[in-house]
Parts: sequence; C-alpha cells; structure tokens
Amino acid sequence: MNNSTDQQPVEKAPEQREDAGKVLLNEITNPTPPKGKPRRGIGQFALIPLLAIVSGLILGAIFIIITTQEVYAAFGQSFSAGMAEAWRTVVTAYGALFAGSIGDPARIIAALNAGEAGEIRRAFNPFLESLVTSTPYIFAGLGVALGFRAGVFNIGAEGQIFIGAAASAFVGYSLKGLPMIIHLPLAMLAGAVGGGLWGFIPGWLKAKTGGHEVINTIMMNYIAFRLSDWLLTGPMKRPGSFNPISPNIEPSAVLPRFFGDPIRFHLGFFIALGVAYLVYWFLFKTTWGFDLRTVGANPFAAKYAGMNVARNTIAAMALSGALCGLAGANEVLGVNYNLAMAFSSGYGFDSIALALLGNSHPVGVVLASLLFGTLRNGATRMQVIANIPIDIISILQAVILAFIAAPAIIRTIYRLRTPSKAEGAVTLSSWGGNK
Amino acid sequence: MTPVLELKEITKRFPGVLANDHISLTLEPGEIHALLGENGAGKTTLMNILYGLYQPDEGQIIVRGSVQKFHSPSDAIHAGIGMVHQHFMLVPVFTVTENVMLGDEPLRPGGFLDRKTAAQHIRDVSQQYNLMVDPDSYVKDLPVGVQQRVEIIKLLYRKADILIFDEPTAVLTPQEADDLFKIMRGLTQQGKSIIFITHKLREVLDVADRITVIRRGKVVGSTLPSEADQEKLAAMMVGRAVDLELQKEIARVGDVVLQVNDLSVLDERSQLAVDEISFDVRAGEVLGVAGVQGNGQTELVEALTGLRQPLSGSVHLTGHDITRAHPRQITELGTAHVPEDRQRDGLVLTFPIYENLVLQTYYLSPNARGINIHWDDIHKEAQTLIKEYDIRTPSAETTAGSLSGGNQQKVIVARELSRPIKLLIASQPTRGLDVGSIEYIHTQILRRRDDGVGVLLVSTELDEIMQLSDRIAVMFRGKIVAVVNAADVTKEYIGLLMAGVHPEDARGSNANNGSEKEETRLTGGGSGDE
Repeated sequence: MNNSTDQQPVEKAPEQREDAGKVLLNEITNPTPPKGKPRRGIGQFALIPLLAIVSGLILGAIFIIITTQEVYAAFGQSFSAGMAEAWRTVVTAYGALFAGSIGDPARIIAALNAGEAGEIRRAFNPFLESLVTSTPYIFAGLGVALGFRAGVFNIGAEGQIFIGAAASAFVGYSLKGLPMIIHLPLAMLAGAVGGGLWGFIPGWLKAKTGGHEVINTIMMNYIAFRLSDWLLTGPMKRPGSFNPISPNIEPSAVLPRFFGDPIRFHLGFFIALGVAYLVYWFLFKTTWGFDLRTVGANPFAAKYAGMNVARNTIAAMALSGALCGLAGANEVLGVNYNLAMAFSSGYGFDSIALALLGNSHPVGVVLASLLFGTLRNGATRMQVIANIPIDIISILQAVILAFIAAPAIIRTIYRLRTPSKAEGAVTLSSWGGNK
Repeated sequence: MTPVLELKEITKRFPGVLANDHISLTLEPGEIHALLGENGAGKTTLMNILYGLYQPDEGQIIVRGSVQKFHSPSDAIHAGIGMVHQHFMLVPVFTVTENVMLGDEPLRPGGFLDRKTAAQHIRDVSQQYNLMVDPDSYVKDLPVGVQQRVEIIKLLYRKADILIFDEPTAVLTPQEADDLFKIMRGLTQQGKSIIFITHKLREVLDVADRITVIRRGKVVGSTLPSEADQEKLAAMMVGRAVDLELQKEIARVGDVVLQVNDLSVLDERSQLAVDEISFDVRAGEVLGVAGVQGNGQTELVEALTGLRQPLSGSVHLTGHDITRAHPRQITELGTAHVPEDRQRDGLVLTFPIYENLVLQTYYLSPNARGINIHWDDIHKEAQTLIKEYDIRTPSAETTAGSLSGGNQQKVIVARELSRPIKLLIASQPTRGLDVGSIEYIHTQILRRRDDGVGVLLVSTELDEIMQLSDRIAVMFRGKIVAVVNAADVTKEYIGLLMAGVHPEDARGSNANNGSEKEETRLTGGGSGDE
C-alpha cells in the first residue's frame, strides 16, 4: 500500500513495484510450476500444504509436551522416563484428537460387528460431527477464495456471516405457513443476499472511491457485530426471553438432518459441496469467471482486454459476501435454529486462513475446510480425555498457516527446489495502487 | 600486459541444460569487452558465475594473475568486480548517499552513520568519472538514466575496477544510452575495465573494443568492431544469416482507417501530454510515430485504444467515432493493439498461454456460447497458433510468465494478428527482444500491412521506424512536428526532429535536400471519408 493514490509512478521504476503482501499472496494463489516443465498435476499444489500440516502437527506436539506438567515430573526422574512420558502424552493427545474427530476405530469395529444401527450411527458420529463443523468453513472459505481469485482481500467474512445469519433467521421465524420447498430456499437466499450486501458495500467503495477493501471490510465487521447485538436486544429479540436470542425458526426452514438425535449431520454439507462445484464452474468454465480471474491476476491486462475492472471488483466482493452469508445461514438453519450472540466463533477469520491453505481453489478449500472442521471438532475431545487445552488447536492452525504463508520456510526445511522467479513481476491488485 | 581478468573453460550445467560450455574470455585493462548473444545464450549465467552467485562446475576464474574462487558476491566485490544489474538494486525512498553507502557505511564515533563523509566521497567519485549526481536527492525522484549512474557510483565507491554491465541500455532512452557510452569510455580511460553484456548490435559496434559472441552456451567467435558489421554479428549470434534490411513491397495504400483530429490528452499528473495533434492512417501503410520516450506517445496510444480518456478532439476508426469508446468497442471494430508494456498490459503472466491467447475473444463464438467457455476448442486453437507463430514453449499450459521476452511478445502478436483486423497499433513492439524475434515480428507487421491493414507503429528505435514505415510522424513534446514520407528523409533528419529542431532548420542535414518533397503536415478534417 505504499502507493495508494491512483497515480502511477511518473518515471517508470526499473522493476515493477512489489511489496511483501503482493508477493506473498501471489506466491500463495499462483504456484509456479518449475520453469520449462509442464505442471505435474495435483501433487505440485498439494505438496506444500501437506508438508505444512505435518510440520504443524510436529510443532503442536512440541507445544503439548512443554505445556504438560507430568512430562517435567518424569524428566525429573530420568531422561528416558521423560522421553517416554512425552511420547505417551503426545500419543494420548493426538489419539483423542483422532477419536474425537474421525471416530474411535475399536468402537466402530465393535458396532459394525454387533450390527446394531443406532450404535453404528453413534460410532460414526464424531466423523459426521466433523463434517457439520466443516460446512460453514466450506461456504466462507469459498467466499474468501473467490475474492482472492478476483484480487480482493475479503477480511469481512465474519461480519458477512453475521448478517447472513440474521437475514436467514428473520426469514426463518417470521414467515409462517410456507411449505418447506419454498421456505428453506428462501431462508438460504436471504442469508446470501444479506452477506452479499455486506460484501457489496466495501466492493462498491473500492471501485468508486479507491477505499481499500481490507480497511472497509474490517469496519463492516464491527458494524455487523454491533448491528446483530442490537437486533437481538431489540427487533429480533425472542418475546418473553431475557437472553439476547432470536425466536426459533419455523420447522419448514430447517435444513433436514439425516439421522436422529444426537447426530446433527444435515443437508447443509451437501449444499456446500454443490456450491463448491458451482464456484469451480463459475471461476474456471465461464466468461464471467474468466473476467474475475483476469481482473484479479492483472487489472491492467484486464482493462486492456476491455473488461470492466470496477464492475468485476464489485461483483467479486458481493459474491464473496454472499457465500459467507450462506455460511451464516447454514449455521442458523442447520445447527442452531436461532440467532444468538457470538454464534460464529471465528469461522469468518479461519476461512481466510483456509482459503490460503486451499490455494484459493474450490477443491482445495473443501479439503482445507474438512481439515479445519476435523481439528476443531477433535479438539473438544482432546481437552476432555487428554486434558490438553483446546487452544492448542489454534496454535496448530496458526503454525500450519504460517508455513503456508511462508512457503520458503517449508522449502528450506524439506530442501525443495525454489520455483522460478520469472513471475516476480506479477501483480495482485489488492495491494498497492490499483486502477 | 597481463589481463585483469581471465575466464578459462567455464562450464555450468543446470538440470537438462548446458548453460555454459567451456567458455573462455579475457579482459584486458582499460578495454570494453562486449559479450554478445541472444536471450538465453548463457551471458547472464556466465556473469553470475563471475559475480559469485553461481559456482562453475568446471573452469577457473583468474583475476590479475591469481586464481580465485568466488562463493558469494562479496568475494567478487572484494576482488574488485562490480556489476550493474539490468534491474537496479536501489532503495527508492533512500537518498543517493544512503544507497551508495548501504552495506559499507562509514561511522562516526558512537556508531552513528557518517553521511557527510560518504556524500563527500560520492561527490569526489562523481567528479572524477564525470557522473553528475546529487548525493542528497532521493532515488525515486531520479530519472532511470541517473539511477543507473548511482549504480555505477556504488561500484566505484567500493573501488571496483572490473565493471560488468548487464544489458544496461534496456531501460534507457537513446539519449541516456549515448550518455552511458560516454561514461563507459571515460571509465576505461581512467583504467577501469568493462564487460558489456548486450544483444544490441549497434551498441556493440559503437562502444566495444573487442567483441565475443556466444550462442547456446558456447563461444562462437571473437572479433573487433572494425572488422565486423551488423550482418556478420547477427549471423554469428543467431547461427544463420539474418535479414536486417527488410524486403518491403511498395505500399498499396487504401482508404483512411484511423482519423485523428485535434486530439489532446492529459497524463497522470494532469499535464498536457498530447497537444492537439491530427493525423490519419490509411489501409495498407505503416505510419511510424518517432520520438524520444516521454513525448506523449504512450498517452496517444492509450487514448486511441480507449485506455485513457482524451481531453478534446476526436478519433474515428473506419468512420465510427471512437473518441470516448470503451476498449472493447474499439477492439470489436477491428483494432489490434500490441501494448508498450507487454508484461503489465499485454499478458496475464500467471495464466497459461492458451488463456492469454483469448484475452480479447474469450466471450465470442466459437470460444464461448453464452457464458460457457469452450476451453477444449480454445486449447486446440492455441496449439495451432503456437505452431503458426513459432512460440517456443513446452506446452500451451505453460504460464506466460515463464516464457522468454521474445516468446511473450509472440504470444501477444499471435493473439492480436490472428483476429480479423483493420488497424494495428504496435507500441515498442520489439523492445528488449533478440535479433531473431525482432526479425520475426517485423515480418509479421509487414505481412499484415500488405494484407491491407493500417499500421500505427510507435517506437523510440529510430532504426525500426526507418525500416518499417511508409510515412513517419515525429512527436516532440506532445505535438507532431512533421509527417514525412519515409523514402524522402534520412535518419539524421528524423533524429534532429526528435530532438526538437525545427523542420526548417533540420532540412540542411537531409541528404535528399534538393529533391525533398513538401512535408505533408496533415491537419485532418479535410478527408472525405467521414
């Protein structure tokens, strides 16, 4: 942002202006295949994220070890006892993480042998619950990724989730007597429109005034949080309740669940996968997506090619917001059935991370969402069984992300070949003067 | 005399490539030794070895008689070797002094920077070698040519006496390049030795004392400027005879394609960059716009292609008013545009070639139906274009950014010329390209001219203008000072006009003085095509 005015440098700088953010984002969203060789398929893209995850788990283990009192006590006795205790702690912790997120293998096998349907479902519930947690990540991650592809940095996912949730909750409880086939899509749509509006505003500001979307989406977040606080204590407050909570939505607006209680797995997950395919199709198979990607990758070339940079920027922010709004709608209609304060617990902010982790590609976003959902879901059990604070998962996510964001570290650790520098001059319009 | 520098049998392999194949080179004290070769011939690899950035697989570096091993640039600097990189290594927001002292800062007691001493040292150095630079100005405020001087001062400040110039003129205007050559000669007169890396033939003949040509990692020959000419050097470089003189058919001029009347355009700083100019381009001719960089050509082209709103005046394309039209409308009316800055405007470097090839036409049938893009068809078409336009690439999926400059330009030329067009606006179409690519692109431009396309060629390379143009318009400070028939004028005459000499005064230098035709200063408006 060293050159935030519209003016281009008068003397042409010898090398195109690059700043760290631009280079970083470019590095992430556009991995360079080694010079002179064709792409080597998915492995090329997945290598860094996979190594980052492995490194994150290793570092997480170290954190677990140094924060566990018993390990210190065992080291007091002897070195080997300490090592054994450290190993035991990590195995217990990660075992609980696994069991809590995927399921306990022994229990699954036992249930399958017993052949009792209810028990089988309960044995698979940790896995299904991970999918439930992953669903809002998928929606919001797709939103942020779409923004990245179009060269906008949507930090406002969290706010868009809130507005989307509020809109869909309102449609969900206030309209009565509608058949599900109308009410449910309407409530989802309301979420998309609400989030879309919340993305449109900073998009419009960027296109028309040059106001940077990072600043404006952050501001929009605060407006969204306080707006939903006000809604819950005022217009949308549940009659007769002392808590800031909205009325429950009508059954006709509920995303149907596939199994009985306590299994919460619902239709939202499949809708999310469907939307992921739609986003993929939109970005890579349509002229509109080509416009968006070109504007994102090089706004100058986009203008040269006759594309409308301003309109595409606005469209990208609105679409990004709409997808994030769907994440909010999904939580209200599929999990909570009402709007409560602080229901989102940072899905929007995590989604920025996982869009990066997923290379801003819909497939990558789905995979990264599954990872984040799984980690978050398993963390609860890890806390209960192994007495490991749930925050360790935040550390894990942060470390993984740091490695993704700085692939040079991973390349150095694992001695990977550096990509060619031929693309050093590429721009990502979000950073630096854009027009 | 012992040579100051000897490279003996230097060999460097990269996976799958033999970048340097037993290259030997000697540099005598006080000489300018030109290293000539096409892009990718291995010049830069060799210099990076000399500068300690790469280690050679085989061979020796001998500096002033003693064998050296360079593990990093600081070893090379220590041995008195300095390099002026093609892209400057300067901190724009620092002053000249701060940039020069960076990495070798004189200190006052207490660990404070001693800017005064450094600035004085810089003044001394710049006086000694005639490099006028104000030590207190900020680098970002300096023109490119002066920034390059700062780079040179950086080396002299560190007492380098072997100077490597890597494609130093690529970013300079012709005037700045001439100044640089003067500086280089001044340096050698005071005992410095220079390796001059380039692929520009004329520069080599102008400035070098000795020329070594390399091709595909091998030395193909050494020669003296007095014994060589451009054709000989080009043939050595490319490995075949190159037509430097283009065979041009007589123009079959048709109707007016582009009609510009009293056009004025502002630049970024809201200064008048194009000042009420009028001209026309007819079908089947090349109108060359000559001028030193920064005299309004960039703004003119941007206004003609819809990238910049003109202030006043009008532009008509085959009768349609396109004065304030959107770029896409102008493209759809049959304009092709080879932009000045191919990496910024002409390509999306992170996109594969096949996507770049449809940047203008992705939404049209048969590339798309409705909003559905037919990538399979586009891919097939891309294969054809890659073959037809000789784009050297492993595949159509290769990103544009990993191609060489020449091949990047071929992608643009393929995209622009493969459409049905009536007008071609080519801005600096061969800047920074090697001889082979230049020849190719010139041929393509003339081919379209012979097909009846009107061509507006904007170039700061006078040679290019003279070779391709049927008529030449000279721009100076936003005005067209003259439009002349190319056949009637000499290069010197155009050069004087470019420098701002009044056409009447410049006439004396025109060799064809006696038979010179009236300058056809076109004022437009009188054409009956509208």
